Formats: sequence, C-alpha cells, structure tokens
Amino acid sequence: MVSGGPSESATAPALPDGLVIVVKKDCATCRLVEPVLGVLAAGHEPLTVYTQDDPGFPASVTAVHDADLAVSWHHDIETVPTVLRIVDGAEADRTVGWSQAEWRRITGIDDLGADLPVMRPGCGSLSVDPDRVDELRVRFTGSRLRARRVEIAALEDEMEALFARGWTDGLPVVPPTEARVLAMLEGTTRDPQELVAVVPPDLIPCTVEKVAINAVMAGCRPEHLPVVLAAVAAACTDEFNIHGVLATTMPVGPVLIVNGPIRRRIGMNSAGNVLGQGNRANLAIGRALQLVIRNVGGGRPQGVDRAAHGNPGKLSFCFAEDEEGSPWTPLSVARGFEPGQDTVTLFPGEGPRCIVDQLSRDPESLAGSMALGVRGMHHPKLVLGFDAVLVLGPEHARVFADAGWDRERVVAEIVARTVTPGSELVRGAGGIAEGVPATLADRSLPKVRDGGLLLVHAGGGAGLFSAIIGGWANGAVGSQPVTVPITP
Amino acid sequence: MTVILDPTGEQQVAERGLLARPVSLAGLTVGLLDISKPRGDVFLDRIEQRLTEVGATVRRYRKPTFTKPAPVDLRHEIATHCEVVIEALAD
Repeated sequence: MVSGGPSESATAPALPDGLVIVVKKDCATCRLVEPVLGVLAAGHEPLTVYTQDDPGFPASVTAVHDADLAVSWHHDIETVPTVLRIVDGAEADRTVGWSQAEWRRITGIDDLGADLPVMRPGCGSLSVDPDRVDELRVRFTGSRLRARRVEIAALEDEMEALFARGWTDGLPVVPPTEARVLAMLEGTTRDPQELVAVVPPDLIPCTVEKVAINAVMAGCRPEHLPVVLAAVAAACTDEFNIHGVLATTMPVGPVLIVNGPIRRRIGMNSAGNVLGQGNRANLAIGRALQLVIRNVGGGRPQGVDRAAHGNPGKLSFCFAEDEEGSPWTPLSVARGFEPGQDTVTLFPGEGPRCIVDQLSRDPESLAGSMALGVRGMHHPKLVLGFDAVLVLGPEHARVFADAGWDRERVVAEIVARTVTPGSELVRGAGGIAEGVPATLADRSLPKVRDGGLLLVHAGGGAGLFSAIIGGWANGAVGSQPVTVPITP
Repeated sequence: MTVILDPTGEQQVAERGLLARPVSLAGLTVGLLDISKPRGDVFLDRIEQRLTEVGATVRRYRKPTFTKPAPVDLRHEIATHCEVVIEALAD
C-alpha cells in the first residue's frame, strides 16, 4: 500500500493583471483573431496570451505555453479563445469566442478587429476534451481524495486482486481508480469528505468519498450516486437498524424502492422484469449499498452476517415504482413526502414471491387472493411480527382502480381479509407447534400490523401477477421501513 | 501498475490482549447479560445458581432487544460494576 495522494497542481495558478487570452492553434477562431492579438500586444495595456497546444502560436505575440493545462483547468476555460480581464489578481470580466462588440467592450478599443466578421463561435478548450478530462481531474483535484492508495502490481490481474482482498460480493467489481472515483464524485454537489453515516457493524464513519469508491466498484454511473448516498444514510439509521438486518439468521437484506423524477432521469426500471436482471441503475445502486455495508462497515457473510440462507437479493435489490402507470399516489406520497420529491424507501426484505390470480375480475375476489398471499409470508400461523411490501402488477392494479378503490382502500381491504381467528393460529393448532401464544386464542388477528403493508405499483403490462416481499422483525425491536429524500 | 482507492473503513486492527483470567470466581462480581432472546433467562437462572454456589456475587442485566447492540450506558454500567461478564446468546 502507498499512502497519501497526488498533491501537485491542486491550487489555481495566479493570473497577471490586465488582459489574459487563452487560445489554441487547432481552432479556426483563434487563428482568425491572431492579428487582433498583435494589435493588443502593441497597445498600452498588459497582455498575457496562453496557448494550449502549439507554443509557437500565435505568431503575432509571445505566448505562455499552458502545457499541463493548469491555467485552463483552474480558471474554468471551456472555450477558446477566452478573454479575461484581471484586476488585482481577480477575474473582473470574461468573454468567449470572437465577438467584435464584446472584445471592443472589454479592451476599450473602439475599432478593434474592424476587418473581421462580427462574430465567430469559439472551439472547445483542451482542458474539457473528453479524452483528457479524466486524467486532468486526477491531476488537479486528486488531492481531494483521502482514501488510502493501494497499488496493484503490474503482474497482478486487477479483477483477481480485488477478489483476493475480500472486497467483492462474489462477482467482479470495477477497480476504483482515482479517475473513476473523481468522475463518480461529479454526480453529487456534496464535499467528498462530508460524513454520510456511521456504518455498522464496525461503526465506521463513512464519507461521500468512501461511498463513491464502492459505487464505482458496483458499476454505478455518477448520476446514480445521490440515490446511493441517500440509501446509505437511511440504512444506517437506528429505525432501519442495518446491524440487525445484517446479523439476523433470517434471509432479509435492504430492499430499495425509488420514487420521484430521478427514476426516469437515471433510467431505472419500473416495468417488465422490474425485480429481475438487466437494468444497470436498479442493480448497481442496490449493489453499491451492499458493498458499503461489506467494505466500510465490515459486515460479511459468516461474519456478522449470520443469515441461515440469505437470498439472491442480498447482492442487490433495488427498483422503482411505476408512478406514470399507477392509478394511485406514489409510495413516497403515502409515506408523507410531496409529489415530485425524489425519495428512496428502505425495507428489510426477503426475496419476492409471486401471487397468481388470473381469474378475479372484481376487487373483493382479488383482495382475497392478495390476502392469502400475504398470510403465507414466513409462516401462515405467525402474525403481526413482520411487515410486507406488495408489488402490485398493472393488470391486478387495474381491477382495483376500475372499482374506484384508492391506495388506502386496497391496503385496508387486503389486510381485513388476512384476519384469522386466534384459535387457528395458536401453538399446536392444526397439529403444528409453531404459532402465536395460547393467550391469543380468543382474539382475531390480522397478518400485519397497522401500516405494515406497503403497496408499490410496478411490473410489466401483461400478466395477472403480483409479488410479495416478506419483511423482518418489525417495530422498535427490529427494523422500521425508512423513507428519505434524495438530494443532489 | 494500477493504483486504486481503498474501499474499506481502513481500520487498523489493533490487537487487544485478553485480561488475565481470574483464578477463582469466589468474591468476584459476575454480570449476566440477557440479550432478550426467548428462554435466555432459563439458562442464566441456572448459571446464577452455579455461580452463587462458588461464592460469586451475581448481577443481572438485560438488553432492550436482541436485534441491536447493547446500549453504551448498559455496557458502561456492566464494566463499572462487574469483574466478569457472561452473555447469554442463544435461544
């Protein structure tokens, strides 16, 4: 391992007072203004010209070669030519490209460039060239990163090296190079060293940078990062209790449900195969959270993760609600957020299980089928201890919507149909030892507690199916579903 | 050579030596921590009986829920009052 990081060129080179103009030869507009630069050089005001590519350009003045592009990078030159007026070391004015009027205004020379066209757009600065920008970001902003640098030897296979260090979830990860992590950090406005959460089980303070590193490894794009950051914070709340979700012998893991416009903007899937494979945003975001728990928090299978069986969703279980196709308010609104607010809801869930009903055409019948599906969760004779997420497919949802049932009524009607006489649920009933205490024999009990059934509209347009995701010990002794806003 | 960033919590694992084991429990205060799993009390009742027989003073503690780590205050109380602690983990 090597410590520290690149520190060169992290601060902006100072610019001299007067006029500063940045050009490159490989730009027709810069070549067009070459005579104008000669005029300015002969004028009364100090002039400094920086050239990005050819140190001999422009011929009309002696230019400073911005060979490492430090001046261009730090002074946010996106277009050449750019004209800056520097007063007392600070930028006082700027124009880009060639505009006769603008250049005359900034220089105060009324007949400047009289023989040139009135206007020509500039060209892209080399400092924002897509082929160079990743390398430049490392060179100029890499020192923002605090994580320990780890060298992978030339003869080591990068993928194998990451497996060997125990940093993967069993599948290959993307090596988190400085360039990739810095590019990932472009996805958020937050400072890399800002604290996101204290991550169990090792209770490690986790920064935006550490989340970004694991997001790179998971395969995220920068635009996914705000969702990952929100999910990490939500998972590490006392209410969600990721420590318990991890340590339990039950098969649950964090299930992420995303609401709001960000779903579309980052290309999440809420339609066909919504709980399955094939969508990068869904899979990478859920995986990134799990990698943070594993790598930062130190939570690993057969370590603090004591799951007897686990479930495949513990690699990644993240999806979006189909708000556009839904007859109802989104889950986020039902949980107290404004419409249009981006949110992520975390639920401690097992794998999804299908509920088939291809015959019900009235809502009462379908609610009965859903209730049977909900009752089957974990054990039909165990009630009230576990919450559940019901992912209603569009064809099932339509049956309820056509009858005028809103979200609250659908939930209430399903839960009402789960109510079972305690005598059928008590220990020993039906010849089965498992069940609720005998003291509840005279009660009638619903499968889930009040608020314990979360309804989400998602899935493909064809198929009279829904899915039930069983939860874990609920309430203050276990885990509460947690919904948090996603911020840039 | 590729340089990557460490994705872990970068915890330097400090080796912490075990305290010296007591030769005898007689006269010592032993804390019994029930993690609140079913029937943990049955196990600990028996342990308390055995410990009392060998001359130990027993103090009983209980976590609010088995799903979460013991609260800091509880850990501090045990560390303050006891020389030895036994945690009942199983159902």
